[in-house]
Formats: sequence, structure tokens, C-alpha cells
Amino acid sequence: MTTKLFGEPVRRREDARLVTGRGRYLDDIGAQALAAAFVRSPYAHARITDVDVEPALDVEGLVAIYTYEDLTGPMAEPLPVLIPHPQLHAPRTGYPLANGEVNHVGEPVVMVVATDRYLAEDAAERIVVTYEELPVVVGVDAARAAEHAVHAEIPDNVAARHHQETGDVEEALAGAARTLSFTQYVERSACMPLEGKGVHARWDPADSSLRVYSSTQASTSVRAAIAAKLELSLERVEVIAPDVGGGFGVKIVHPWPEELLVPMAAIALGHEVKWTEDRREHFIGSAHERQQRQEITVGFDDDGRIAALDVHAWHDNGAYTPYGIIVPIVTATQLVGPYVIPVYRVVVESVYTNTVIVTPYRGAGRPQGCFAMERTMDRIADALGLDRAEVRRRNLIRPDQFPYDHHLTFQDGRPVVYDSGDYPGLLSRLTSLVGWEAMEDRRAEAASRGKLLGAGMAMYVEGTGPGPYEGGHVQVLGSGKVLVSTGLTSQGQGHETVFAQIVASELGVPMEDVEVTTGDTRRFPYAVGTFASRAAVMSGNAIALAARGVREKALRIAAEVLEASPDDLEIADGVVGVRGTPGASIPLRTIAVLSNPLRYAFDEAAKQATQFARPGADDQPPVAVGDAPGLEHRDYFSPIRSTFASGAHAAVVEIDPATWEIDVVTYAVVHDCGNVVNPMIVEGQVHGGVAQGVAGALYERMAYDADGQLQNASFMDFLMPFASEVPDIDIDHQSTPSPLNPLGIKGAGEAGVIPGSAAIASAIEDATGRRISAMPISPTELYDVMRSPSAERTAAAGRRTEVGG
Amino acid sequence: MKPAPFRYADPGSLGEALDVLAAEGDGAKVLAGGQSLIPLLSMRLAAPTTLVDLNRVPGLDAVEVTGDGVRVGALVRHAELLGNPAARTVQPLLARATAYVAHPAIRNRGTTVGSIAHADPSGEMTAVLALTGGSVTVATPAGRSTIGWRELFVGPLETSVHGAAVVVDAFFPALPARSGTAFVEVSRRRGDYAVCGAGVVVTLDADGLVETVRAAYLSVGPVPEVHDLTEAVSGQPAASADWAAAADLARTLVDPDGDLHASADYRRLLVGVLTERALASAAAEAAA
Ligand SMILES: Cc1cc2nc3c(=O)[nH]c(=O)nc-3n(C[C@H](O)[C@H](O)[C@H](O)COP(=O)(O)OP(=O)(O)OC[C@H]3O[C@@H](n4cnc5c(N)ncnc54)[C@H](O)[C@@H]3O)c2cc1C
Repeated sequence: MTTKLFGEPVRRREDARLVTGRGRYLDDIGAQALAAAFVRSPYAHARITDVDVEPALDVEGLVAIYTYEDLTGPMAEPLPVLIPHPQLHAPRTGYPLANGEVNHVGEPVVMVVATDRYLAEDAAERIVVTYEELPVVVGVDAARAAEHAVHAEIPDNVAARHHQETGDVEEALAGAARTLSFTQYVERSACMPLEGKGVHARWDPADSSLRVYSSTQASTSVRAAIAAKLELSLERVEVIAPDVGGGFGVKIVHPWPEELLVPMAAIALGHEVKWTEDRREHFIGSAHERQQRQEITVGFDDDGRIAALDVHAWHDNGAYTPYGIIVPIVTATQLVGPYVIPVYRVVVESVYTNTVIVTPYRGAGRPQGCFAMERTMDRIADALGLDRAEVRRRNLIRPDQFPYDHHLTFQDGRPVVYDSGDYPGLLSRLTSLVGWEAMEDRRAEAASRGKLLGAGMAMYVEGTGPGPYEGGHVQVLGSGKVLVSTGLTSQGQGHETVFAQIVASELGVPMEDVEVTTGDTRRFPYAVGTFASRAAVMSGNAIALAARGVREKALRIAAEVLEASPDDLEIADGVVGVRGTPGASIPLRTIAVLSNPLRYAFDEAAKQATQFARPGADDQPPVAVGDAPGLEHRDYFSPIRSTFASGAHAAVVEIDPATWEIDVVTYAVVHDCGNVVNPMIVEGQVHGGVAQGVAGALYERMAYDADGQLQNASFMDFLMPFASEVPDIDIDHQSTPSPLNPLGIKGAGEAGVIPGSAAIASAIEDATGRRISAMPISPTELYDVMRSPSAERTAAAGRRTEVGG
Repeated sequence: MKPAPFRYADPGSLGEALDVLAAEGDGAKVLAGGQSLIPLLSMRLAAPTTLVDLNRVPGLDAVEVTGDGVRVGALVRHAELLGNPAARTVQPLLARATAYVAHPAIRNRGTTVGSIAHADPSGEMTAVLALTGGSVTVATPAGRSTIGWRELFVGPLETSVHGAAVVVDAFFPALPARSGTAFVEVSRRRGDYAVCGAGVVVTLDADGLVETVRAAYLSVGPVPEVHDLTEAVSGQPAASADWAAAADLARTLVDPDGDLHASADYRRLLVGVLTERALASAAAEAAA
């Protein structure tokens, strides 16, 4: 049956368009638009004493220059703190254009508008901003030491102290048979979508309306922000996310200064204005993530069972906190992973530094949490001389313990209660997929080739699909086309395909007839956005509910026409028929026409429908009370709480002991995201995630110097891996459906990235016998570890030497 | 990331190109494949007043292979040299090194001569020119001259070619008899500029004993460096020479700097490792 598509590896319908250059990205829009460019701070921390625009005024093609002085009303106020939290006691945000002080290199100071981008940059180059430099804070340790303050009125640099605990950790640690304490670091990286941000705005003075295209993950909220900040009525503003070339989190932040300033200029100038972020701007002007220092103490028994876990982490939030403390909360709450942690205490201090802001990047704090927990497991195994898989197995939550309550509060304010899962199942699939038991043979074989081989593993549980809601609208037209829309945006994930599959399956129509629109506030004005692996869970279910609503109405109308009970009807290939009665049928498209009593015969469909139409009863209104014209339905999905996906990764590395080059030779993934709508798309998501996981483990970092200058702000020195650096990936699936949503699905978007650093660090440690406590690691750093007399040797390495002689 | 304004000249002959360069003075720059120059312009790290595009100048696109060596014209792309079987036979280092230059898309546009004129001490072709004892031909309004590699490379991204001058070709001498070569490097990602690289030539005497050993290194100094390592292994049989001793010698001869991707110590480590590996392979080839 062509319409039962749920669960099938349907090819992505958007690919033909995107790979043949027919995508419509931000920069493809508005060929006639004026171009904006920005003067950005070259200093990490400075007072602005003067802005002299005079030298730029004679640049031919210059249209306008804006500084902070030109901002009025809400635009002159600080940007919003999107997600306030009681523990975020000292939030700070910047202004759309710097107001007297800059706090990181790249902060926008002046906006220039000219007839094209070249000229805008020429003018920007000539504007002279005078700065008085202030002391610079770079890195969590400097922020913590607080010799200098990023914001003068916050002398300890602490924005938030996030704290959760599930019992008396001191007492539990004191009572534990053994304890271990250690410190480790994770460095900064960033989302780095191939398409940077971008905004295009057009003001229509005739009807005082504004249309904005933004390369965003949250068009409905961008719309609300623009309306509020520019003091426009909401219905006069529409925001559309066109094709978006990747987001990975950075485009969920809103409003970016440019999302307000470009529309502001378009209105003031009465001309369309566009800004397309370039790569350098993206490096220094967008968002990063991941830097943390983690101090961990774990108490456990002689079998390796954890008694208590105490984590104190410092999280570098950059110069401002527009996105609140979501990342620290996610680290704090997702750290516990698939394990039973009888007593857990976590404190994450979110600290200011004079660097680019930190907001969620795929994984959003989970890779750090996973690194903390999984490296703890490795340390316990090492201390006890146990197999690392065995220690994990002993600590896993059992399948009969669901729903499992960790007694923590998640990022959505709801309890961390795992809905379903089978963690021992993940682990046993993983060990067989990667050949864990045969690793000593592989080690010996590699040694015979002069290579050091090591294996590592890491498991995770990922809260996905948080609320509050997402909506869907499904409408069947007289042509037979089925229009589907949701307000949530797409950045290349394959939503068009997946949502069409869901509707085709629910409604019984061919997938070719289904047209999907996402992220367009004209079509669906209520949405939350694409983040936290929530698109399939949230919009997928909302759209399914909307399709079910359409189905119900279609069957009701068909039942009247076919004089049958709705219970006896079925829909297949777009035709409603009476089960077991061939010939008694009516196409959905005809029902769509019939659903509207105004039936001008503009087309064949309307003419055909007349054969079914019967005169309504004289004593009834043509549209019954409670009914509506049209075959359409709008519905929302609002889950009680997040659903928890899970997985386990293993990495096998080979290291050249002469050059210390690190090669990931095997990478195995077992993945559980409940019911899978499209396995091919899920595997693609896993592949992309693993690529970013490997990137974060071995290649990418943001190399700030002590002055807060980002030294590698280009793809030449920021080492995003090429396809040649990403290993082949072996994937196995497990499915524990979620009881929390009608389709039984869990999110899959971020999973692939989470355990990368933990698994690869473990593998390098296994190969070299040296403790790896900071990631990422490069060959030159591994060389430093190997030759450092103070580098800690693992107990496992000692035992191996004894065995091997 | 848009270039500052510049004038663009599209000369149809070498003479015309030189005229424009002479007329425009110091602010003019030659444009070949653009793979190094255009990024510099886009980042406004360079702002020439005029670009003199060589791409329509006739006569600069030939690879001439003779028994003496390989002469590569200014418009020959990396990809073309890489695929030239005659050049590979006369001087195997050319193809071996070019295979490490960037990625296919860049090799299809970037020129071998441009890469030499750009004088990046991390570039492969600068090292090969040095190792083979090569030279370039420079045309100026006053005529043509030959400049040997030692005179040519002055500093990082700096050559002795100034003013109204076009490098019209680069000449790589043929591999001597009884010689073998190897080219190896370590880079962070495939196709990246090398963290460290080494090209070597080992020449044996008629009895199969090591006669000369020379090595050139990438990314270890401000200009390509060639070191004679013969003394460590002179007269030893090719199959059992003490390449580790040559590697140790090489380590003492270089003085690399550290950067984002490698510490100075790590580079020195690699100089040794790569030298030893390359010499063993080149000697085996020389003996074959
Ligand atoms: C992503 C990327 C990766 C790269 N990786 C490597 C690598 O691994 N190894 C490597 O060696 N290179 C690498 N390159 C550089 C590439 O090889 C360039 O093509 C080469 O360095 C310059 O050649 P071009 O023809 O592009 O020169 P252009 O960019 O056109 O010019 C470069 C400079 O040389 C001057 N010039 C060029 N031709 C002449 C001439 N005939 N006479 C006088 N002056 C001239 C120009 O004025 C300019 O200053 C990479 C480039 C990129 C973009």
C-alpha cells in the first residue's frame, strides 16, 4: 500500500531541489535589496569613547549609518533575556548596537547600509571608533579567579549558580566504600552551519506591513520580538524562514541584533534591506558552546556500584546570557544518563567571559554531562580493575524501573522522569556491534603493525521534545492536494519528508499529494521552534492529530453521502470507500468540495461534486452549528513532559606512536528514539551528529588568546572535519516507544553528537594508558601528555604491562 | 568579507601585462589561480589597487619536459602537473608533492607557479623547488632573468620578485641517476597545509652505497629549508643505512616555531619521524 509510509526509509523529497541549486536560501532573496554591514568591536573589552562616521560619508553608494544614538524606544533597551530563571541572579544582555561598552570581539557597534555589500564594507572600514581598553577575562578559570570583572557590577563574574541535589551527598560519600575525585575540561566549539545567519526585510508603506525573511530556527518568536521592539502590531509583521542551510542551535537564539536592526532600517529607508552574515562574522558574532571545568567526586562500592555523585562545574557563558541557563541546566540534569545515582548533587556556576555568547549547540550541554558521567564510569572501572562495560551494566536503570524518576528538574521546568527505555539492551547490542569482547585481539593485531589500539564507550539519555506545544494544520483541497503546515522551522533535517509521511499514513493519501510548509508565520502563527530534538515529537504529533481531525470530518461527510456508518469506512489512496463494498466510494478531494456549501463551479472538481451534493434540509443552516466550511483541521500537541531517547556509542582508535596521529577506525552506534518515522533520515541525523562528535573530540576548538582575540576565525584554522576525517559508522537500532505521545516517537536530532568526546577520550586512554582529562585533543597535545612526567598512568595500563611482561 | 575596491586589468599579452604593472606601480598584483590571493582580498588583508589577470595571456600554459627537467608555465594548474606522466617520470617529486596540495577543486584553479610566487613556507611546491635546486624565470620590462630558489625565497609570503615582474615559469631539474625520492607529511585534515612535511632525495653511488641525502621541510621555518643529511649515513648500504641517525641530525638542523596546530617541539619530533620514513622509502626506490 502506497500510503502506509510511517516507518519506511522514504527518500528525502527536498533533496532534489536542494542539491540541484533550486533551494531558496536567505541570500537568494532580494536581489534589489540594500545591503547592511556592521562595524564590530575589535576589542574583547573596552569602553567606546567616540564614534566618528565622518570619514565614511563620501563613500559612493552609502545610504545610512546607525549607531546606538539612533535607537529609540524599546530598541534602545537591552536585548531580552529569553529564558529567565530564579537561579540566574545576574543576567546581562547586550544592546542591538553597543551602548558605550563592548564585551567581546565581534559585538556590533555601527550598522552601515549601502547599495551593495562591497560598498557597505568600504564605508564600515572608514568609520573610526575610539576605544578605551579594559582588562579582559578569557576562559572559565580566569572568570572564576575573578581578578577582573566582565561586567563591573558583577565582581565575581558569576551569572548563575544552578544547584540541584537529591539527598545528603556528603553523608553518602562518607559512607561509600571508595571515592574518587578528579577535574576535567571541555573546550569551546560552535554550531558552524554552512549558511550563516541572515535577514531580509521589506516594508510595504501602502498597508504598513513588514515581511521579514530570517535564517532562523524560530520564526514565530522572531516575529513577536520584531513587533515588540519596533512597536508594530503583530498582525502587520510576517516572518518566514526560507530554506535554511543548517542551524544546530545557533539560530534558535532570537532576536539577534541584526533581526531587529535590518527591519528597522527597511522601515526607516522605505526600501528592502538585507544582511547576510559572512564566515568571519559568524565566528566572532554568533554563538559558541561547550567550555566547562568539571570537578567530580564519586562514591562507590567494591562492585563498582555508585553510591553518590557530587559534581561542581563552571560553565563559560560568554559575555551575555540572552538564552538564560539552559545549557548549564541540561548538563546538570542529563549528566546522570542511564544510571541509578542514589544521591546526586550538582552545582553549575555559569560565568561571564569576554567572549562570544554561549547558547545551545546540538547536544546543548549534554556532551559535557555525558563526558562527566562516562569518564566517571571509566575511572571506577580502572580503579577496580573491572571491564568498563561491566561497570556500566551494574549501574544501569533496569527496564522494569520505568517510569524512572531522577528527582531532578529539567530545562522545561518539569521533573526528569524517564518515560521508557532499555539500557541493558543498548549496552549488549553495542558490545556485540563493536566486538567489545574481541578487542584484545585487535589490540595485538594493531601492535603488530606498530599502532596503539584502544576502545572506548559512552552511553547517554537525552530528554527530547520538550513542550510547551507545537501545532499542525492539515487541509484537503478540491484538487486533492493536501496542505500541511506547522510553525516550527526546518534547517535541512528532512521535515518535509517526515511530516508528509505522517500525513499520508494518517489520512490514507499518496505522499505526492502532500505539500508541507514549515516556519512561515503566514501559514501557522503559533510555534515554539526547532531545538531540543523536538520537531518530530512535537510537530510530528501535532500534524498527526490534525490529520486525524481531517480524517474524522471526511468520514462524517462521506458517511452521509455514501449512506454508511463512519465505522465502516476506510481511506486508501485518497479515496473513501465502504469496507467490503466495492464501488461505494468517494474521493477525498470531492469531499473537500462538498465540505464547503459555497460551490462555484470554477473547476472540474466542483462540477463533479455536484453529483453527490444533496439539497440541505430547509430547517438547518447550510453550515451546521459547531461545523466549519472546508476539509481542514488545526490541532496542537502539548506533552506532559519530555520524552527520553537513549543510545550507546563505541569508538576504536588507532594511534601512531611516532607522530601521535589519532585515527578513529571503528565507530559504532546503538540508538533508541522510539518509533522511527523514517529510518534513513534518523541514520542521517546520527551520521551528522557523530561527525560533530568526532569534530568536538579531535578537531574543533575556539582558540582565544589572552586578549580575547579568536585566533582561528576561519575554516582554514578552525578544523571542521572533512568527510575524510569522519569514520564509517555502524548503526544498530533499538525501539522503546514513548508512552507520552500518540506516535510513540522520541527525538533523534542531537543524539549523535552527545557521546563523541567521552567515547573517544576513553579509547585514547585505553590505547595510550595515559589519563585523558581534557577534550578535544590533537596530536600535538597527545604528544605533550605522553612525554609529560606528571601525566597520570591508568591502572589498566599497569595491569596490561604486567600481563604482557 | 568583500574586497576593497580595485581596478582589474585583463591583458592579452605578457608585454601588455608588464606595461600595466609598470604603470600601476607597487599597488598592482598579479592574479593567477586566485586561490591564495582572493581570500586575502576578501578578508581585506590585502588591498591592491589593481589586479593584473594573467589568465588570458597566451603562452604561459605549457609543461615542457626534457631530459634536464620540467619547466612549468605560469598558468599550469596543480591538477595538470599532477596528471602529467612525462613530468612524473623526469622528476617524481612533482606529482608526489602536488598530490598533497589542497583539494581537487583548488588544484583545478590554483597554479604551481602561483604557489611558488606566493612563497608560503607551508606550501609543497616551494619545498620541491628548493629540494630539486630549481629556479624561476622572471619577465620584467627590462627583459628576462633566472632566479635560483635560494635568492627567490626571502621570507614568509615574500620573494625577491618586486615591481613590474611576472614569473613566467618555474624550472625543476630532473632527478639525478641512481636516486630515489619520497614526499611525506602530517596534516590535521586531509588536504590541509602540512603541520610538518618532508621531501627527500637519496642518491646512491654505483655500488649501492649512500652518496648524498638531501631533505626539504615544510612548515618548519620562514622559507623552505633544504638540509644535507649525507654525513649521518654516507657510504652505508641503502638497505641498512642508519636512517634514524639522519633523522636525529635533521632534528638538530631545524628550528621550527609553534602555532595553533603544533608546538615547536612537536614539529621537531615530526621532522625526525618523517625524515626517517621518507629516507627509507626513497633509498629503497633508489636501489630498485
Ligand atoms: C582551502 C585551500 C587549501 C590550500 N591548501 C594548500 C596546500 O595544502 N598546499 C599548498 O601549497 N597550497 C595550498 N593552497 C594554496 C593553493 O595551492 C594556491 O593555489 C597557490 O598557493 C597559489 O596559486 P594561485 O594560482 O591560486 O595564485 P594566486 O592566488 O592567484 O596568487 C598568489 C600570489 O602569487 C602572486 N602570483 C601568482 N602568480 C604569479 C606570477 N606568475 N608572477 C608573479 N606573481 C604571481 C600573486 O600576485 C599573489 O600574490 C590552498 C588554498 C586553499 C584555498
